[in-house]
Amino acid sequence: MKDASPAAPVSGESIRVGALARVEGEGGLEVLVTDGQVTEARLNIYEPPRFFEALLIGRRHTEVPDITARICGICPVAYQMSACQAIEDACGVTVPAPIRALRRLIYCGEWIESHALHIYLLHAPDFLGYQSGLHMAQDRPDLLQRGLQLKKAGNRLMDVVGGRSVHPVNVRVGGFYRAPARRELDPLRPVLERARAEALATVRWVAGFPFPDFSEDYLFVSLHEPDAYPILGGRVISSGGLDIPVRQYGQHFTEVQVPHSTALHSLLDGDVTYMVGPMARYSLNAGQLPASVTDAARAAGLGATCTNPFRSIIVRAVETLYACEEALRLIEQYEPPDPPWVEVPPRDGTGYGATEAPRGLLYHRYRISADGTVAAAAIIPPTAQNQRVIESDLRDFVPARLDLPHDQLTWECEQAVRNYDPCISCSTHFLTVKVKRS
Amino acid sequence: MEQRHTRRPTLAVWKFASCDGCQLTLLNCEDELAAVASAVQVASFPEASREVVAGPYDLSLVEGSITTPGDAERIREVREASRFLVTIGACATSGGIQALRNFREMHHVLPVVYARPDYIDTLQTSTAIADHVRVDFELRGCPIDRRQLLEVIAAFLTGRRPNVRRHSVCVECKRAGFTCVMVAHGTPCLGPVTQAGCGAVCPSCARGCYGCFGPMETPNTAALAAEWRKLGVGHPDLVRAYRTFTANSGPFRKEAEAHEGR
Repeated sequence: MKDASPAAPVSGESIRVGALARVEGEGGLEVLVTDGQVTEARLNIYEPPRFFEALLIGRRHTEVPDITARICGICPVAYQMSACQAIEDACGVTVPAPIRALRRLIYCGEWIESHALHIYLLHAPDFLGYQSGLHMAQDRPDLLQRGLQLKKAGNRLMDVVGGRSVHPVNVRVGGFYRAPARRELDPLRPVLERARAEALATVRWVAGFPFPDFSEDYLFVSLHEPDAYPILGGRVISSGGLDIPVRQYGQHFTEVQVPHSTALHSLLDGDVTYMVGPMARYSLNAGQLPASVTDAARAAGLGATCTNPFRSIIVRAVETLYACEEALRLIEQYEPPDPPWVEVPPRDGTGYGATEAPRGLLYHRYRISADGTVAAAAIIPPTAQNQRVIESDLRDFVPARLDLPHDQLTWECEQAVRNYDPCISCSTHFLTVKVKRS
Repeated sequence: MEQRHTRRPTLAVWKFASCDGCQLTLLNCEDELAAVASAVQVASFPEASREVVAGPYDLSLVEGSITTPGDAERIREVREASRFLVTIGACATSGGIQALRNFREMHHVLPVVYARPDYIDTLQTSTAIADHVRVDFELRGCPIDRRQLLEVIAAFLTGRRPNVRRHSVCVECKRAGFTCVMVAHGTPCLGPVTQAGCGAVCPSCARGCYGCFGPMETPNTAALAAEWRKLGVGHPDLVRAYRTFTANSGPFRKEAEAHEGR
């Protein structure tokens, strides 16, 4: 680690350090150390709440995906897809396979864009001791360029299918406003083939990073699709044997509010801390990756599961490779859905939807009235679900490192948070780190 | 690289209540990011860098709206530390989607999301940055357009006014040669009253514009509402159409109010 600003003790036992950056959102980190033990590890989230669940009430059921997209500019497709599926579920509509395939395709674009952003601009600089991806580029412009080109490929895919990459306009309840013609998707092939090569180079590159020796016995939670790596839906499963349909999510997962966060915390079966996201997805579904992707994962040193959260950057790279391959496959097999959407007439009912956002399982539930107005909404983003496990990582990570210089310990704590690619805008953004020793 | 030896203008990027999509748009300038980073010194951009160079800053890009007492204070500090302050996106220029709260009582909104509203410190309204401090330029969009963002940064660097037109989406829709969704298909479209800049993306997808760049200059919202009425759109639907992503911007707010309760 270089370039860290010197620690500035403010008072005897409290040391305040600058901003934890390179995350999407506003929050802070506070670690209290007493007699060599971490007594408190808190992820403070002070992102101003935006009250989406309340603002949705009274809107038409067809307006929901465009509104929920605005929860997150990094993963709007995830919000659109979970919302569409929940509303379709409430209205008793199942969309045809070609529409599902096109949804999966645009979602692949979001995985590529979001993962490339996190790997190259937000997370890799930690491993290499740079303040940012732009600082990294001063020494290695080729690396930043590779990351940006990879990200661009994801954005281009979203542009073509969705109309634009941030808050795509072509997604609607029931499908798409317009199905792209085959000839519109064909130019994406060389783009994605190049992205696949860049993703493979990324897997090899990040595999060589220095990883702290840290591992936890996580309870992983993700979706599971019967015949594919999970993106668009499936059953909710865990490494503890949970296997439920999405509609039973609320019976097992509860949200609690804590004073230090504007994002609600999630717990499984009353009091169990769990993890969602790339590591959970991979560890529960590695068997469903195509052989070419599994080979790359093995060559990068990943086993069937991953329990060192710092190595999540390898998993993200592997998933980026998968998303490129999957997008190419979907384009190869593309049949424009005709019609591009199915009617979703409203009825009185409650619907459930969950998809795998880049950061993990994203759950939506809506109650729709017979006239099509939203009567109730519940949205549980991945970062909200990961708050507890981030805090628990910090509690276990810090004690063995208390003899490190303060600046370095602080940076490593930030890195431990960034392992989760926390999107605080989603979960309710800017993290301040405070390590107190007494 | 030569430019490193001369003093480059400093750029700061700030976030208030928002989704990060407009900041992301800067990082989405994949082919231009290196050129931007060599033309300006990225002095403070927490989403992208740990490094924070102390102000003052030559150019501040501000994303997000003001929704908390703390942020109402913080934006004054940002203004004081900035030579030019440009607001980016629907949140910063109008209050954003979260300004829907302005039309409801907060004591009805808070308990829907939070069991303990007393832990939450928030204002009754979500408002544009310009409602709090002087703003040198407002760049519209939900999200902003990448090309327009580059134009604003380039204009700042050369000391000229940004070439950002305030005409309607219809102009760029016609230029692009898209079929008019309203005339040809009877699809209600906010394009005639919405500022251009997105590239008419909704009509390109055969859907009506939903107004995410906010009102154009002197929009005739009432005339468009009358056309929508002829297409069979009800007053409650008109209220919601004008009251979505830039609900708190003057002309759209007024037009929505004109249809309320009818």
